[in-house]
Amino acid sequence: MDLQTTIYLVVGASFALYIGIAIWSRAGTTSEFYVAGGSVSPRLNGMATAADWMSAASFISMAGLISNMGYGGGLFLMGWTGGYVLLATLLAPYLRKFGKFTVPQFIGDRYYSKSASTVAVLCLLVASLTYIIGQMTGVGVAFSRFLGVSKETGVYVGMGVVFTYAVFGGMKGITYTQVAQYIVLIFAYTIPAIFISMQLTGNPIPQLGLGSSLSGQDISLLAKLDQVVTELGFGRYTTTTAGSTLNMFVYTFSLMIGTAGLPHVIMRFFTVPTVAAARSSAGWALVFIAILYTTAPAVAAMAKTNLIRTITPGVVLQNADVYGKDNAIQYEERPDWMKRWEATGLLKFEDKNGDGRIQYYNDKTKDEAVKAKIDAAGWKGNELTVNADIIVLANPEIALLPNWVIALVAAGGLAAALSTAAGLLLAISSAISHDLVKGVFSPGISEKGELMAGKIAMACSILVAGYLGLNPPGFAAGTVALAFGIAASSLFPAIMMGIFSKKMNKEGAMAGMLAGLGITLFYVFAHKGIFFVKGTEYLDTIGGANSFFGITPEAFGGVGAMINFFVAFVVDKFTKEPPEHIQHLVEHVRTPRGSKAVDGAHA
Amino acid sequence: MDKSGEAYWKATLGLVSKILAVWFLVSFGAGILFADWLNNIHLGGYPLGFWFAQQGSMYIFVALIFIYAKKMGEIDRKFDVHE
Repeated sequence: MDLQTTIYLVVGASFALYIGIAIWSRAGTTSEFYVAGGSVSPRLNGMATAADWMSAASFISMAGLISNMGYGGGLFLMGWTGGYVLLATLLAPYLRKFGKFTVPQFIGDRYYSKSASTVAVLCLLVASLTYIIGQMTGVGVAFSRFLGVSKETGVYVGMGVVFTYAVFGGMKGITYTQVAQYIVLIFAYTIPAIFISMQLTGNPIPQLGLGSSLSGQDISLLAKLDQVVTELGFGRYTTTTAGSTLNMFVYTFSLMIGTAGLPHVIMRFFTVPTVAAARSSAGWALVFIAILYTTAPAVAAMAKTNLIRTITPGVVLQNADVYGKDNAIQYEERPDWMKRWEATGLLKFEDKNGDGRIQYYNDKTKDEAVKAKIDAAGWKGNELTVNADIIVLANPEIALLPNWVIALVAAGGLAAALSTAAGLLLAISSAISHDLVKGVFSPGISEKGELMAGKIAMACSILVAGYLGLNPPGFAAGTVALAFGIAASSLFPAIMMGIFSKKMNKEGAMAGMLAGLGITLFYVFAHKGIFFVKGTEYLDTIGGANSFFGITPEAFGGVGAMINFFVAFVVDKFTKEPPEHIQHLVEHVRTPRGSKAVDGAHA
Repeated sequence: MDKSGEAYWKATLGLVSKILAVWFLVSFGAGILFADWLNNIHLGGYPLGFWFAQQGSMYIFVALIFIYAKKMGEIDRKFDVHE
């Protein structure tokens, strides 16, 4: 069976499975949609949370970015897992005790003000929409390869599928569907990694393989990779940081508190039966996330190794000279996977020195010794451009794994992207229909009208995200990182102070949220364009790229959060303290006893 | 808040600060600030600082949450505020 047919079959079968489970479990669970976690064990609930959480950014994009960044890519790994520790210790149990199911509701009640909840809705919308842009980028990559079309067409197809999928509605809320998605996704990620780890190191566990020696050699994989990439003019794999140590620090911090501040993640913990369960289910979710996240660095390093091995076959496994004249493969003899990815426009070759062979190296290197060797070899510039977002999807093809493995990865990538995109769209639609339209503008709206408003909001978000996804502000994981920065700078501080400070008042919280969101967007838009529209960047205004202590826009959320805390604190000092009953509410939230099932009614 | 409520909150904050201290040390400390220095030590083929940034910190995060959940359960029962 040829590859394309296998891909259609496996992807089709996985979709049939999700829909089948959704229909099978529907009858029993619709009525308890919002307390679905109540009858599900913490482990299964953790799996569902993991599927919900791991998106195209985690599955498709992250390992590719780590592959390019080396050690510095660890910021995604630490940032996106470390946030769960904050979530478990600072937010989840208290929000569960509070017992409402949206974040704006908590903000509105705790800060006794509809305006505060409206500000929270605004923050939530900006963060979620940015997140979906990243998802659409990833979905576009997956579909373009899967259907053999250009990336643009891939995004259009993705928009259609995500819309149908999200409007299917309840599907996302059914825990068992997500458990199935998790299983597909985790097998799709780990099976190729196991194969590749076996091929390169002889150790079937990728986490151990990454720390092992190359098969038949007594040099470790990482040491060899360090040596080869340095010769090719790239930074040393195990030590290159992301920009600077300060930037890496702030970036990691931003992703961590962003994780704890993202509404669609927090919502998962509103549905567990007890406060104690909220604590441990964060742990189970992280266990299932960590299975993928600890595999990712192995995928990253091994994909880099295999890419170099494909282009210069003798270099990794024997000790051939990287600069050797005949050591790079001829373009005409390139493997099939390169041809397949060339069709999407995400992999490009340009024969700059006309020798018919592929030269892949860093032509911007500052290393004089490397430069001299490159000149001597007659190289005229890097000839192969590989989009970082294709690394994971192409990984099994690069390693020449069987067709069913390649097909499984395609199914996994789509599962990851679709489940998260659908979850985010639901968060957006509930924020608009429930918190904004019903809560603020027209409290008397009928249930049907509320549902309609939600669907319209969903359709608009997909159109906007799809349009911006065609010209994304970065790779999928980079764009998603921006969304985390926005959540970090706006929502996390307000929620945290709402629990840990009895005296924080509505003026402080609102001023903080607006200041954090405002300054972060100002810095991000300066780099990426106003509302991410290309051509509207205003870098000169802020004095050039990364002008704030060399901090990149993706990392700026950490700074925004600090400003949020500071502004809130100062404004709080000069305004009235919150009323007595609010201070009692905070005390009540802090102790587990007396927790009730969540309900959605506005107080 | 009554006396026992205050003591409960104090115990909670104490535990959370300990958990977050470890959280900070393994990620921002070992994984970022001291990574260069730790890279002189090797764990198999892994330089240690690199290992903390791309493997170790995640294992420790998982352990931290379960330790937190267990200890919090004990504190809840001690102050008789459990569900």
